[in-house]
Amino acid sequence: MRRGVRLWGRLGGAALSLVMVAVLGFFLFRVVPGDPVVSMTRGRPTTAAMQAELRAQFGLDRPLHEQFFSYFTSLLRGDLGTSFTFRRPVADVILERLGPTLLLVGTSTVIAVGLGLWLGVRAAWRRDSAFDKATTGVSLTLWAVPTFWLGMLLMMATGELFPSRGMRDTDTAPDFVSQALDVGHHLVLPSLTLVAVVCAEYMLVMRSSLLEEMHAPYLTTARAKGLRDDLVRRRHAVPNAVLPAITLVFLRFGLVVAGAITTETVFSWPGLGLLFYDALTGPDYFLLQGLLVVTAGAVVVMNLLAELLYGVLDPRVKVV
Amino acid sequence: MSRFNRAGVAGAAILAVAALVAVVAPLLISADELDVTRVTAAPWQSPGAEFWLGTDHTGRSVAVLVAQGAGTSLFVGLTAAVLAVGIGTLVGVVSGHFGGLVAGALLRITDFFLVLPALVLAIALSTVLPRGLGTIVLAIGLTSWPSTARMVRAQTLTIEARPFVERARALGGGHVHVIGRHVLPSVVPLVLVNATLAVATAIVAESTLAFLGLGDPTRISWGAMLHQAQLHGAVPQRAWWFLLPPGVAIVVVVLAFTLVGRALEAVVTPKR
Repeated sequence: MRRGVRLWGRLGGAALSLVMVAVLGFFLFRVVPGDPVVSMTRGRPTTAAMQAELRAQFGLDRPLHEQFFSYFTSLLRGDLGTSFTFRRPVADVILERLGPTLLLVGTSTVIAVGLGLWLGVRAAWRRDSAFDKATTGVSLTLWAVPTFWLGMLLMMATGELFPSRGMRDTDTAPDFVSQALDVGHHLVLPSLTLVAVVCAEYMLVMRSSLLEEMHAPYLTTARAKGLRDDLVRRRHAVPNAVLPAITLVFLRFGLVVAGAITTETVFSWPGLGLLFYDALTGPDYFLLQGLLVVTAGAVVVMNLLAELLYGVLDPRVKVV
Repeated sequence: MSRFNRAGVAGAAILAVAALVAVVAPLLISADELDVTRVTAAPWQSPGAEFWLGTDHTGRSVAVLVAQGAGTSLFVGLTAAVLAVGIGTLVGVVSGHFGGLVAGALLRITDFFLVLPALVLAIALSTVLPRGLGTIVLAIGLTSWPSTARMVRAQTLTIEARPFVERARALGGGHVHVIGRHVLPSVVPLVLVNATLAVATAIVAESTLAFLGLGDPTRISWGAMLHQAQLHGAVPQRAWWFLLPPGVAIVVVVLAFTLVGRALEAVVTPKR
């Protein structure tokens, strides 16, 4: 009974957050000083009649509450409006670019989580060893490195070794194996950039999480039983310390999203991040609004998953 | 002296040098050296005797640009951090001190902004607002306060549960007295640590916004230099001298703020 109530509470909270995302997306682009149509068409030859037509098309000539009502009801139907630069529905443009981003972000997250957690465990277990000092130092430095700059450096350092633009070459053979190899080849530098930046965060989190457990009495018990150091770490310390770290992987999903924007911009990776860049250089407010609502919504959902997952993984925590 | 304190002192020394450069550079550098229409040197020169960090795509000295950019990066970092930590402290103390509906609503809003990717919001804000230094400060400050609010709220709740605060209330101390005399002094150390770490994040955020072309077009900053480097093909031209210095400057200053912040944290929260 209590469990059900708490679950509905979580779901309700997430639903409220999604509504807040929608409201935020609406008002952010209504605070634009001046006329959005004027700033979107700046630098392009447009007549007053064309501007009026655009205004009508985007519904900007109607009162604010009507605009909000129609925006909100279309949002519920999955309609995010029409992109000004692409002249197509925003939802279609976003869906098209989803694949490459999922590939890049998915690959990088899996590698970064694995590597980060492993390094964090090693560093914490031998606290203040040379390995600990080196990995902590490197992680703190990587944390200070702007993602885009790291990408540019990697691009310059590797020279012609890896392709630095786009996702595939136009002259690759159309069969699956050659295509996959080509995409993989293009994926190396962008995913390396994203891994380096995100991995540092996970390493530091795992390290401090394990350090919290280091003096726990149950570890003394495990050692007193005569277990090898290796087993104490693997079977007792890590399973307890990994929970907060895993949750953080989901919570810091926003960090990966932000990293993807600059990484995709540097490497012209044709995903949502590059679309973000296209939208802000336009500026294409409707595309930007759609991207903001979609990414923020995804982050809210990931956050909900993290909370639910925590309850499943750790029976002591009664979040669900 | 422990390892962290040594690192903290090193960080503070780096920051002192960076601040000195930021203050002195504009006094020593003439407008001619920064004006692309009035420079006479050849573009894309590699480092040499005359320009020891080479020249950029217009023939300006990269060393001069990096020195000039220090001011912008530090200014944006500091003001945005003050704004963010100020909002965070206000929200944290109010939601911690006053219970009820206000606290519930503030907590809800804080949690909402805490999970949203701050950089994405900052990008959206600086796209819709007119380009300028104020916009960048606003965009970063308005999106990076929630973590401070969370921490300050927790500290406020801890302090208010202590007997001496209860005693102050029993003696007739009002909200102003309790907040001003007991809550604020106890959150100040925490806020200072947060502010130092917030500067580090804000400088990275500034460089990212500037790199995406959302910076103040009239000012030189490290992020804006990297934006130019990307735009004019420094990578294909292998102009490492245009790419390395601004990035290294960002990393060194951000790392210095992080080290000072962590050293302060160790002082403020003893043990461990």
